[in-house]
Amino acid sequence: MNAYTEQACQALEVGRLVKAGLTQPLGQMPRGSIGRILAVSGMGDRNIERGLLEMGFIEGACIEVLHYGLLGRDPLAVRINQSMTVALRQVEANAVLVGPLLDQTGTGPGASQERGT
Amino acid sequence: MTAGILTADHARMVQIALVGPPNSGKTTLFNTLTGGRQKTANYPGVTVERKSGRLRTPVGHTVELLDLPGSYSLRARSPDEAITRDVVLGRQAQEGLPDAVVCVTDATNLGQHLRLLLELRQLGRPLILALNMMDLAQKRGCQISIETLSKQLGIPVVTTVAMRKHGVQDLLGEIDVLLNQTPATVGTTAADAWEEPSPDAIRAYHQEVERLLKEVIIQEAAPERLTRQLDRVVLHPVVGPLILLSILFLMFQAVFNWAATPMDWINGGMAALQEVVSAHMEDSLLKSLVVDGIIAGISGVVIFLPQILILFLFILLLEDFGYMTRAAFLMDRLMSRVGLNGRAFIPLLSSFACAVPGIMATRAIAHPLDRLTTILIAPLMTCSARLPVYILLIAAFIPNTTVWGGIGLQGLVMFGLYATGIVGALVAAGVLRLTVLRGSRQPLLMELPSYKWPNPANVLLGLLDRAKIFMRRIGTIILSVLVVLWFLSTFPGAPAGATEPAIYYSFAGIIGRGLEPLLAPIGFNWQIAIALVPGLAAREVAVAALGTVYALSGDKEAIAETLATTLAHDWTLATALALLAWYVFAPQCLATLAAARRETNSWRWPVFMFAYLIVLAYVAALITYRVALAMGGG
Repeated sequence: MNAYTEQACQALEVGRLVKAGLTQPLGQMPRGSIGRILAVSGMGDRNIERGLLEMGFIEGACIEVLHYGLLGRDPLAVRINQSMTVALRQVEANAVLVGPLLDQTGTGPGASQERGT
Repeated sequence: MTAGILTADHARMVQIALVGPPNSGKTTLFNTLTGGRQKTANYPGVTVERKSGRLRTPVGHTVELLDLPGSYSLRARSPDEAITRDVVLGRQAQEGLPDAVVCVTDATNLGQHLRLLLELRQLGRPLILALNMMDLAQKRGCQISIETLSKQLGIPVVTTVAMRKHGVQDLLGEIDVLLNQTPATVGTTAADAWEEPSPDAIRAYHQEVERLLKEVIIQEAAPERLTRQLDRVVLHPVVGPLILLSILFLMFQAVFNWAATPMDWINGGMAALQEVVSAHMEDSLLKSLVVDGIIAGISGVVIFLPQILILFLFILLLEDFGYMTRAAFLMDRLMSRVGLNGRAFIPLLSSFACAVPGIMATRAIAHPLDRLTTILIAPLMTCSARLPVYILLIAAFIPNTTVWGGIGLQGLVMFGLYATGIVGALVAAGVLRLTVLRGSRQPLLMELPSYKWPNPANVLLGLLDRAKIFMRRIGTIILSVLVVLWFLSTFPGAPAGATEPAIYYSFAGIIGRGLEPLLAPIGFNWQIAIALVPGLAAREVAVAALGTVYALSGDKEAIAETLATTLAHDWTLATALALLAWYVFAPQCLATLAAARRETNSWRWPVFMFAYLIVLAYVAALITYRVALAMGGG
């Protein structure tokens, strides 16, 4: 999708990647895991969708879960594209669907079609 | 005022707006560009501050630089951000369309910050991009092709290091070039036609940013390690809150310990002033007004300036360092339980010094309901004006003994009063969000910026700003209130052969005695009732008023000392405890109500605030009084 974020994300440890084929809401990702944003829905609320997009939660961006709060794993702090750390609550985080960083087959939604161009 | 080429046919100065996302170093750049020559005012109708300053370009243009509130996008989410949008679009009343916009971005975070620039470029107005914090970016090995970026964007691009003066010369040069070549009037159709971008439009902007970055980034910045490592400790679910508590503890220690000396100076200075004025004026009503009304009243308020400044010093340092958003992160869960936002933490913290700047700081809270809730509970934080009353009553009624092996009982009661205020505020917020302020929860979407060393000039200018706001308040609202109060407690004078102190016969006395039956169930005598009349305007005035009611004379310290003895003799413990409980909740501060009125732009909310707090205070005092009586405190 975009080579720039691809580069940034590839620098991350392979061992912590989200398992291939597994997609889950951002709020469910374990601490320390890394994945790629597949969809930002805002759960039907355009303002939440816009708010998320404006803070850098955009399809294709690479995301790493850094911290969870003490109670109910809420809120959470995530790093987007290795450049910006954003805090958000579970409710909004679950409007962000995250998939594996690299699809092993190279054809799935997480695959980068533009690599090498 | 020297007009440049551009303004030859303009009545006003060249105006340039500084726009940028939060944490882009925009305000530091503004301070460096304008030096100390800045003005802070309010936009009419709204309460967002208008910060402007003047600068001279190398060619000699005089430019008015406008520091607009930080914003990630032109789609405004808070009153602050709405101002940024309206000014940039030329929709802000009494503000022309700026002649040019300088968009400030963090060079280490271009991927997120360039989108705002693209939105601005869409407007077709003269625009300069300042890649700020270039030194940090280079330190992390980042290489950006400025030329390509400028060519791709079709606008001038400069790199700046906001903290250093020499870093801004290029920017000034570009401003000159722009001013010389731009025709005075540019079509504003693009700005007129602006509308909020749809989610897909935002996605398109993102894609454009990605495309640009691929072109211009020669070498990417190495990830910031220090911030990550610090965050591992600071945001740790268990260690993090402990660190936060320690910082708060240190802060309050400093507020009370460091402030003691300057407070003594102010006290001494005001007492000397009072003496000098006394000696040089003939006995008259005017003298009474100046000495007893104005000077005494003002010294009672100015005395808190050191405490307020020390608290703000900490807040500004922590904010500049990048810690405040972490504190908001740690507090969010607790605060969201009662319908608040983690961002409310900073305004509420400020309210421990004084609720007025606290209420003003709520402007950064995006959602109106969140903001309103925060404003309504801010007065429950124990502000420094309550302290004289707390100290007086604790000294008079709480024995100076230790409990549970070494904890001072007096200190424990003081802590209890603070804690009661905080718990009361949380409960009040929860109830408000379930009743009057019912509405959907608002998202917390907050950038946690990289840590950096605080900039001394920034912090100093911020402190000066706070001091100015506080002093301005004293010069206006408090001064006028003091005159009215003096009038109420001086007229009419005592009749011949009066047995009670003069204030007993005054309007304040009449009002106080009229209130007495209402206050009797909570254990307040007529002396307290009278003292509460001036105390309604400003809490701390009640101490002086009690002194007057008990007909004490001498300087302030002597009054406080004798007053404690007198009260311990005259009141029951139950009455004293009830008054303390009353003080935790009672809305006895006109300045706070005025601030709430200004920030909410209506009388409805300050009136509501007054009503719910006075009911709370009454109920709290009633319960305290009855329980204390039952336990033998009569």
